[in-house]
Amino acid sequence: MTGQAETIKATGTAVPLLSLTGIVKQFPGTLANDHVDLTVLPGEIHALLGENGAGKSTLVKIIYGVLKPDAGEIRWQGQPIVVQNPNHARRLGIGMVFQHFSLFEALTVAENIALGLTDAADRKGLRARIVEIARSYGLHLDPDRAVHDLSVGERQRIEIVRCLLQKPKLLIMDEPTSVLTPQEVERLFETLRRLAKEGCAILYISHKLEEIRALCERATVMRFGKVVAHCDPRQETAKRLAEMMIGTELKAASHHARGEVNGGPRLEVRALSLKSEQQFGTDLKDISFAVKGGEILGIGGIAGNGQAELMAALSGEMPAAAPDAIVIDGVAAGRLGPRERRALGGCFVPEERNGHGAVRDMSLSENAFLSGHVRRALARNGLINSGKTARFADDVIRSFDVRTTGPSAEARSLSGGNLQKFLVGREVKQSPSVLVVCQPTWGVDAGAAAAIHQALIDLADNGTAVVVISQDLDEIFALADRIAVIAEGRLSQAMPIGEASIEQIGLLMGGTHGAPGESPAASVEGRDAASA
Amino acid sequence: MLLRLEPRGQRSRLWTYASPLLALALTVVTAAVIFAMLGKDPLQSLYVFLISPLTSATGLPELFVKAAPLILIGVGLSLGFRANVWNIGAEGQYTLGAIFAGGLALSYPEAPAILLIPAMMLLGILGGMTWAAIPAYLRTRWNANEILTSLMLTYVAQLLLIYLVTGPWRDPDGYGFPQTALFSSSATPPILFEGTRVHLGVVVAFLAAIVGWIVLTRSVIGFQLRVLGQAPRAARFAGFSQERLVWLSLMVGGGLAGLAGMFEVAGPVGQLTPSISPGYGFTAIIVAFLGRLHPIGVIFGGLILALSYLGGEAAQIDLGMPNAVTGIFQGILLFFLLACDVLILYRLRGPRPLAGGA
Repeated sequence: MTGQAETIKATGTAVPLLSLTGIVKQFPGTLANDHVDLTVLPGEIHALLGENGAGKSTLVKIIYGVLKPDAGEIRWQGQPIVVQNPNHARRLGIGMVFQHFSLFEALTVAENIALGLTDAADRKGLRARIVEIARSYGLHLDPDRAVHDLSVGERQRIEIVRCLLQKPKLLIMDEPTSVLTPQEVERLFETLRRLAKEGCAILYISHKLEEIRALCERATVMRFGKVVAHCDPRQETAKRLAEMMIGTELKAASHHARGEVNGGPRLEVRALSLKSEQQFGTDLKDISFAVKGGEILGIGGIAGNGQAELMAALSGEMPAAAPDAIVIDGVAAGRLGPRERRALGGCFVPEERNGHGAVRDMSLSENAFLSGHVRRALARNGLINSGKTARFADDVIRSFDVRTTGPSAEARSLSGGNLQKFLVGREVKQSPSVLVVCQPTWGVDAGAAAAIHQALIDLADNGTAVVVISQDLDEIFALADRIAVIAEGRLSQAMPIGEASIEQIGLLMGGTHGAPGESPAASVEGRDAASA
Repeated sequence: MLLRLEPRGQRSRLWTYASPLLALALTVVTAAVIFAMLGKDPLQSLYVFLISPLTSATGLPELFVKAAPLILIGVGLSLGFRANVWNIGAEGQYTLGAIFAGGLALSYPEAPAILLIPAMMLLGILGGMTWAAIPAYLRTRWNANEILTSLMLTYVAQLLLIYLVTGPWRDPDGYGFPQTALFSSSATPPILFEGTRVHLGVVVAFLAAIVGWIVLTRSVIGFQLRVLGQAPRAARFAGFSQERLVWLSLMVGGGLAGLAGMFEVAGPVGQLTPSISPGYGFTAIIVAFLGRLHPIGVIFGGLILALSYLGGEAAQIDLGMPNAVTGIFQGILLFFLLACDVLILYRLRGPRPLAGGA
C-alpha cells in the first residue's frame, strides 16, 4: 500500500466500501453484537480481532446475509441496504470463505465449484476460468482432482477460487490459517495482498496476533460483542494486541524446566499401525515414540493427517492389533480398552469437547464421573457415589477456576474455554502417569489457554509423561521438550525443541502434499518469534 | 399469520413435563370432536370413556390390572430407549414369555404354586429374552437395525402362538377352539385383594418401576445407558462397551416384556389363546414416551393408557362404538405427544419482524 493511499484512508475522504452502524444481534441468553460499528475501505486488508465468543462470526454472518441484525444500518458503497441472503451478498460483490468448508469429498474440484454457482449460465467455460484464476493468483489447483485427495490447504483454495469467480469487491476470510502449514499461510498471504492491490477489500477474522500484524493494515478489536479498539496492528506489539483483545494484562505460563528428565519411558508406542474406521480417514502407519516422565512431547501436523486416529489408538477407543504396540508404565496396553488404560494411569483429553470429551446435557458432576470414576473410585457396588463425585467435580471447578454455578450445572451452560478447563482439570486431578491431550486450547480464550498450559507444565514437573497433539505450532513451541510431526498417518522422528526450526517443521507437516521445490529458507513472518 | 419455530438453545425443563399434559388435553378435545362427528353427545361420551370405568367398585383395581403389563414393558423399553436402542418388538417378546411360561404351566399342572409361579416367572423372562436376543445379535454382529428386526419378529411370534394353540397345545376337551386347557390353580398368581383381579404382577410392575428408577438415576449401568443415548462417542471415550449396552437394553426390555406376558396369561387370561394381548407391547411404547422415558413417569403413562382400554370397553357397551376407539385414542395421543415435544427445543413465535435499518 502506498503512502498516498494511507493518507486518504487516514483522513477518511474515501467512500467506505462497507460501513456498519449500531449493529445489534440478540441470541437467547447472549447479546452477540452490541451496537457494533465497522468501516471497511476499498482495497484494504482489515482485521477483525477478538477471542472466541467475542461476536466476530455473528457480525460477518450478518454482512454475508446469513443472519439478520435486530437493529443497525448497513451501507454498501454509501447506499443503505438490507442483505437478504448469501446469494444477495454475492450479487453485491461480497464473498466469504468459511472456517469449515462445504465440499463434497467424492466430487472433483470443478464439480464442487459448479455446484456452488447459483446461475447455470456461469458454468460455461468454467474449467478454463478456474485454471485462469488459479494461475493468476498463484492458487495451484487441478480442476479434475477429487476433493478427498486434497490437503486442507488445497481445499481452502477451492473455496477461495469459488469466491473469486464472482469477482468480489469484499472477501471475508473466517480464521483461514488454522488448518494451514506455515508455507501455505505465506502463500495465502501473498494471494490476499495481491487481491487487495487489485482493489478487493479483505475482512480478515482471526485471533492469531502475529498473522494480523504481518498482514493487516487496520484492525477492529471486539470483546463481549462490542468494539473495544481500533488500531494499526503493524504499529502494535502482539502483547498489546492480546491485551486489547482480552482486556487484561497477559500472564505468560511459567517456563517448563527442561533437561531434568530422567528415568525410563512411561509411554511407549512401538510400530503402531491401525486402519481408520472413517471412510476418508487416515490410517496410522508404523508409529513409534516414547515419552519419559516429566517430559512433554508435542505432536504437530495439519488436521486430518491421523491425529484423530492416533488419539483414539492411545486412549483405547480403537485398540491396536498387538498388545505391546502401546506400553503404559511398562504394561502392554495395546489390546486394553479405555477403562483398563485409565486404571494403568493413562488419562486423555480428546479434541472435541461436545459429545466426545463431555456430554452436553449432563451435569459437571456426571461429566466428572464419565472419565474419573475408575481412578477416583467414584462408584461403589455398581452405584454412583454421588457425594464423592460432586466433591471431585467441585475440586476440579475450584482448582481450575471454572466459571460456573457449581457441579450440578450442565456442561452446555459453560463457555468453550471454561468447559475445556474443566475437562483438562478432570484428567489432571486424577494424577495420571501418562496424559494425552489433543488440541488443548482449540477455540479457547487466551486466559483459559494460559491456565491450561500452566496445568500441563505443572503436571509434567510432577513426573507425568505428557503428549500434546496440536495444530498450533506456537503452542507446541511454548510447551514441549521435543516435537514430532504427523503427516499422512506417519510420525516423524521426535527432535528436541531447541533444534527444530519452524521451516523444517513446516516442511514435515506438508508431507508429500508439500509443493515440490519449495525453498526451506522461505521466511515465515511472525512464526519465528515463537521458536525464539 | 404464520407461526415460526425459534430454537430455544437448550431443552426446556418446563415443557419436558408440560408437553404430555398438553398432548393429553388436546387428545381429549379431539376425541370429543370425533364423538360429536359420530353423532354422540361429546360430553356424555367423554364421561363414558374416561370417567365411568373408574366409578364402579371394580374400576380402580381393573385399571391397575390393565396397567401392570404396560408398566412392566414400558419400564424395560424406557431404559433401552434412553440408550437409543429402539426395541419395537416388545409385543413379540411378550408373546414368547407367555408361550414359555404357559408351556411350563401345561406340563406341570400339579406342581406346588410356591415352585411353579417363580419357575413360570423365570421362564417368562427367559422367553422374552430369547426373542430379544435375535435383534440384539443381528444388531451387534451385523449392524442390522433393531427397529425392523424386532418389529418383524413380533409377527413370527404371533404365528408361533397360533400354531401352538391350534396344533400341539390345543385343549383336547376344548371343542376344537384354538386355545390351550385352562391353567391349574397352582399356576395362577395369587390375588392380592379379595374380590378383585389384582394379582402379584401388579406389585411386580411397581417394583420394576422403582428398581428401574434406581438403576437409571443411581447406577453405573444406568449412567452408561444415558451416556450412550446422548453422546455415543463420549460413551466410547469413557470405555463403555456399546455392544454390551445394546445387549443389556434388549435383554431388560425383552425380559420384562416376557414377564408381562407370563403374568397376563397366568392371571387374567388363564390359558393361551391367539388373543392374549390387546397390543400391550405396542401401547407400552406410547407409555414409555408419555412417561418421559422415566420409570416413575411410566407408572402414570401406564395408568392413563390402561384407562383407554377400559374406556374402549365401556364405549363399546354403553355407546355402541367399535373397539377401535381405544386404538384411535392411543394413536391421537402419540401424535399430539410427538408434536408437543417440539416445544421442548423450540418456542412458538409470531411472524418474523422486518430487520431494522432499512
